Amino acid sequence: MTPHHDVVLVGGGGAGLRAAIAIAETNPRLSIAVVSKVYPMRSHTVSAEGGAAGVTRSDDSIDEHAYDTISGGDWLCDQDAVEAFVREAPQELLRLEHWGCPWSREPDGRIAVRPFGGMKKMRTWFAADKTGFHMLHTLFQTSLKYTSVVRYDEWFVTKLLVDDGRVQGVVAIELMSGKVEAITACAVILCTGGCGRVFPFTTNANIKNGDGMALAYRAGAPLKDMEFVQYHPTGLPFTGILITEAARSEGGYLINKDGYRYLQDYNLGKPDPKPVLRSMELGPRDRISQAFVKEVEKGRTTDTPYGPVVHLDLRHLGKHVINTKLPFVRELCLKYQNIDPIKELIPVRPVVHYMMGGVHTDINGATPLAGLYAAGEVACVSINGANRLGSNSLPELLVFGARAGRAAAEFASGERQPSAVVMAQAKDEELRLGNEFLHKSGGRDRIAVIRDEMQKTMEESASIYRSGDALSRGVDRLSDLQQRFLTVKIDDSSRTFNTERIAALELSFMLDVAEAIVNSALRRQESRGAHQRTDFPGRDDERYLSHSLVDRRSDGTCRVEYLPVTITRWPPAERVYGR
Amino acid sequence: MADRIALKVARYRPEQDSEVTFQEYEVPCRKEWVVLDGLNYIKDYVDGTLSYRWSCRMGICGSCGMTVNGEPKLTCATFLTDYGAGPVRIEPLRNFPILRDLVVEIGDFLRKLTRVKPWIVRQDEKPLADGEYLQTPQELDEYKQFSMCINCMLCYAACPIYGLDPKFIGPAAIALAQRYNLDSRDEGARERHAVLSEHQGIWGCTFVGECTKVCPKNVDPAGAIQRYKLSTAVEALQSFFLPWGGR
Repeated sequence: MTPHHDVVLVGGGGAGLRAAIAIAETNPRLSIAVVSKVYPMRSHTVSAEGGAAGVTRSDDSIDEHAYDTISGGDWLCDQDAVEAFVREAPQELLRLEHWGCPWSREPDGRIAVRPFGGMKKMRTWFAADKTGFHMLHTLFQTSLKYTSVVRYDEWFVTKLLVDDGRVQGVVAIELMSGKVEAITACAVILCTGGCGRVFPFTTNANIKNGDGMALAYRAGAPLKDMEFVQYHPTGLPFTGILITEAARSEGGYLINKDGYRYLQDYNLGKPDPKPVLRSMELGPRDRISQAFVKEVEKGRTTDTPYGPVVHLDLRHLGKHVINTKLPFVRELCLKYQNIDPIKELIPVRPVVHYMMGGVHTDINGATPLAGLYAAGEVACVSINGANRLGSNSLPELLVFGARAGRAAAEFASGERQPSAVVMAQAKDEELRLGNEFLHKSGGRDRIAVIRDEMQKTMEESASIYRSGDALSRGVDRLSDLQQRFLTVKIDDSSRTFNTERIAALELSFMLDVAEAIVNSALRRQESRGAHQRTDFPGRDDERYLSHSLVDRRSDGTCRVEYLPVTITRWPPAERVYGR
Repeated sequence: MADRIALKVARYRPEQDSEVTFQEYEVPCRKEWVVLDGLNYIKDYVDGTLSYRWSCRMGICGSCGMTVNGEPKLTCATFLTDYGAGPVRIEPLRNFPILRDLVVEIGDFLRKLTRVKPWIVRQDEKPLADGEYLQTPQELDEYKQFSMCINCMLCYAACPIYGLDPKFIGPAAIALAQRYNLDSRDEGARERHAVLSEHQGIWGCTFVGECTKVCPKNVDPAGAIQRYKLSTAVEALQSFFLPWGGR
């Protein structure tokens, strides 16, 4: 018998678990399924380090958090969404405190906050430098007490079932057995996170393949602002492991090969021995990553086998600060770089970190496709605009996870039965998953070969600085890779825990997402936030104070349209840092 | 340093194999490469049928635990060069049913975790409007170490008691129960007591301490277990000598 739930969540990270709890609390009678390709505590929220922003101090205000977010996003944020976000973020973080999250504390027992990039006030809550890890485990462990939440651990969703203009469930593979099953639902919430793995050098875990973005896109829901890809300024060379921005908010310096704090040359303020909010190393990520590229062009970086690097200097912070505020940074440096940041410089370079874009949703996480919702990094509400501020993504997944959960709970409350059409779709999908991946002989390119070429293409066409020529080449190469994927070589024809079939499906999702990124980037003929065009160096509010919306035509090509940005109280202005 | 190294990898495909066999692969041995990089090289360029779990490759998601040369390890944090000329023997984690190749079934842990109620239990919930529960850094330190568990299962693979008696609730679940018992916001210790003190529970553990030795995050489950036994023993004594309530 086909399992049926009122709400199916695809993904069990921070957004998915927050949504599950919200549904369980909104209506305890609803049956909730969390369908995740990994055990929920393995989800990539676990890797977030620095913190979660929410106004808490008396010298701060939600309007200031809103302004920092909007200016940080180069005015591409929807301001009504930002206002809801900054208003609800503190109570969401507080709720997590009540659920047991081990937030770092002041000596008197109150929540401690730290500075963060692009934020004018100290408002970033943190659990040392493992904030995402603690948030995820708190949410997962808390979710265990709700008996209405049913988990499908290690089930990989391959398709959304859509009929009569609304989503009615998913088709998924159970990894353990290889069986393909329809799981029907009144509403589906996508919480699958980002897609960093479309690029070769990323902080993102192996599981970040844009699954939810591709599922929505294939089902006819548009993707929004996909050209905005965040490079985090400080990744370890070779691995791409993230060194948190908190290292700079605690006072770390970025220096070039001459030991010079080069950010002072890029309109980010003057160097001060102590960290200054919205200045220098506490500027926004897009500007700091762009400054790195300029330093490379000036020959002021250090060459390594893994590309040019600059250095992050924490030595002056001393052992105590590093061990208490940044223990994970030290652990990662010791383990993976054989470097002790108490005594040595950390080599770093910009690394793909976060997608500002994602599945187009409204302020309640609803997509234009009835019954389909999205929250967290997979979604684009948009509160992040053209550049997300550090420590806004963790509260975002709470605020919009909860909002999407409540909205889906309401939508799902009516009785609806899945149609015969969707059951036929599920049968077709089961056949496809067998024919294309298990019973396939021959085949030419290995999965990894196509994936490597896709990642190289993305780095060459859609990295920190882009041009129309490079993007056009990227579009062509990706469509070639789509063709080559049709004859991909599969070694593994077994059913039990066949990770090769999953890798092939993930690659197929990534190719779609990559095409959405380059097509959106090609069409936006301006430079804004993380999208910098060498052939169109200025911001063009006249033409592009709008979100790109990409959807797929019936012939498989991308169609890009535009939707105006919602401006409430902060008209577009110059982004000012360090003065 | 040799530029290639041999990996002897355990293979088990239930649809075709009746027992575990070993397959040897040669992979590049680079200074920066961890055991997981070697496995990924095999999967990507040599043999796509090899199955294993991995995700964050930074020692925090807990997916990639395996037995490397006889010891439970996170393969993303274990360097190939630490094994000299090789070969490196890679097997699934011990004490769990093998699903396939290097993938084990850990559903037992998830069920046990739920049984110890790893969430804040309170008689009265404070309204959000009243703000946070105050918790000093000293109070945080009481349980912080036990909150660092990444559920990687290395401690279960190393635990001789769990190996003999799968009903033993196990090191990580006990450490996580203690994580909440010792949290100043929690009032659930009594409810967890029934699960922790049942005969297969905490009393099954001897002073072996293998769990603490293999823990990649210094959680010290053995310490959690001994501490819990002590507090339970003291409480039992108090209720014996002070039957009107000694707490």
